[in-house]
Amino acid sequence: MSVSELQRERAAYRRSRARRSTAVALVSTLVFAVAAYLAVTRAPGWPRVRDSFFDPATAWRALPAVLDGLWLNLRVLFVCGTVILVLALGVAALRTLRGAVWFPLRLLATAYVDLFRGVPLIITLYLVGFGLPALRLTGVPNDYVVLGGVALVLTYTAYVAEVFRAGIESVHPSQVAAARSLGLGHRKTMRLVVLPQAVRRVTPALLNDFVALQKDCGLISVLGAVDAVRAAQIEQAASYNFTPYVVAGLLFVLLAVPSARLADAAARRAAHRQGAR
Amino acid sequence: MTTPVLSVRGLVKRYQQRTVLDGVDLDVREHEVVVLIGSSGSGKSTLLRCVNLLEELDDGQVVLDGTDVSDPRADPDAARRRMGIVFQAFNLFPHMTVLDNITLAPREVHGTPRAAAERTARELLSRMGLAAHAADYPDRLSGGQQQRVAIARALAYSPRLLLLDEVTSALDPELVGEVLALVRELAAQGMTILMATHEMGFARQVADRVCFLDGGRLIEEGPPDQVFGTPRHERTRQFLRRITEAGRL
Ligand SMILES: Nc1ncnc2c1ncn2[C@@H]1O[C@H](COP(=O)(O)OP(=O)(O)OP(=O)(O)O)[C@@H](O)[C@H]1O
Ligand SMILES: [Mg+2]
Repeated sequence: MSVSELQRERAAYRRSRARRSTAVALVSTLVFAVAAYLAVTRAPGWPRVRDSFFDPATAWRALPAVLDGLWLNLRVLFVCGTVILVLALGVAALRTLRGAVWFPLRLLATAYVDLFRGVPLIITLYLVGFGLPALRLTGVPNDYVVLGGVALVLTYTAYVAEVFRAGIESVHPSQVAAARSLGLGHRKTMRLVVLPQAVRRVTPALLNDFVALQKDCGLISVLGAVDAVRAAQIEQAASYNFTPYVVAGLLFVLLAVPSARLADAAARRAAHRQGAR
Repeated sequence: MTTPVLSVRGLVKRYQQRTVLDGVDLDVREHEVVVLIGSSGSGKSTLLRCVNLLEELDDGQVVLDGTDVSDPRADPDAARRRMGIVFQAFNLFPHMTVLDNITLAPREVHGTPRAAAERTARELLSRMGLAAHAADYPDRLSGGQQQRVAIARALAYSPRLLLLDEVTSALDPELVGEVLALVRELAAQGMTILMATHEMGFARQVADRVCFLDGGRLIEEGPPDQVFGTPRHERTRQFLRRITEAGRL
């Protein structure tokens, strides 16, 4: 492929611009980091904070227990995430049903969503975690991990159902008309035409909720489940040093970064697709 | 005489208080091409949507092959399976390839095995000069190509009746020709067609009968030579004069 002199010159210019902006970004990041470091370490209380929050020896000692706890968080995250996706899609579909027969179901779905979006997660956790077993019903689990998971599912399903519903409603009515005109019934129209488009549109929002769920999984510790946060608390109580909390926090951040980047990428792709139309 | 494929009886459609269709009577016989003309807002699209049962009627009947399909006890999906409609704005499914758009109804509604549905779809596509685009997504196609895919989608299950709503209005003048040639070919093959159009020259060539719709009433109908040549109604004359002045005849 032959390239004209003009194009070669332009490409060289673009490359030099790109190199320059990389260099600028590096330098400014470095300056910023040094400034922040100096500001913190020159604070009068820094030595004490360093010893009780950033003690390497304590961190190292706490790490295995906290990692063990994090493994529990991860399992809770994936099980709850899957359950939430399925239930939320169901609730969203219920809320879009038309027709008098479905009135009670629609009402129930709406009431559920309103209730659990309104109640703070921590209260749902207490009510489900301590209230449910207190009823002494047969079949109700009394494992705090399961109960914590149930509370997370209850709260997050309400949010995610709303995300799905917004997606469903954003699909233009002409798409439904086109599907119905081909003879597809309500269900097939939903399954084959509306939902696939809706899910595509809400993927960035869903990934955001996934990041939020990731850290809220740490809240099951309030029920006594030995997850990363609880493990850190146990270590802290043994050593009177807060470093284990920092370790747990950092691990949660490490967990969140890939999901957050994925959410960004999905949002960019969605924006690009919209713009291309 | 045999029963018409489509027979519209006293059709009334209102949006809120506004009456958009005001007692329309219309027959379309087998192999006939009936063209709806009329100014913007006269109710052409609404009539086609009512025939396809996409709107609830306020009065009157839609009779398909002798059965009243507008009866609330009848299954509208069953009636729609026998009609194909092509919308003014294509309404292709953006998340499916061209091939999947076309084979959706045969596979999911008519129970045709995928392989057979795809064979039919590919035949339709090559007839329309789109064989190379089977695996593309609709947003990769030009307007004229999208419109032809929409027509292929409506033809894929061999409907009794084809409803076309201004299939050229969203197209550049250059692309209008391709789509009109396709419709002419379908008409020549004996397809039963009810279509709305602003292309008067085309209507004149392809129509067996032209119906002039004005304010939701069908006020004049007849063979194209008569409606365009010696219109009986004053409103028709006015409409045609305006069109002629705009240079569209
Ligand atoms: N969903 C709706 N709600 C309210 N009014 C509507 C609706 N759809 C159509 N109308 C009204 O019905 C009338 C007829 O509309 P229709 O789309 O059938 O006209 P048309 O003859 O197809 O016009 P055009 O040539 O511009 O496509 C218009 O006045 C329009 O405003
Ligand atoms: Mg119209």
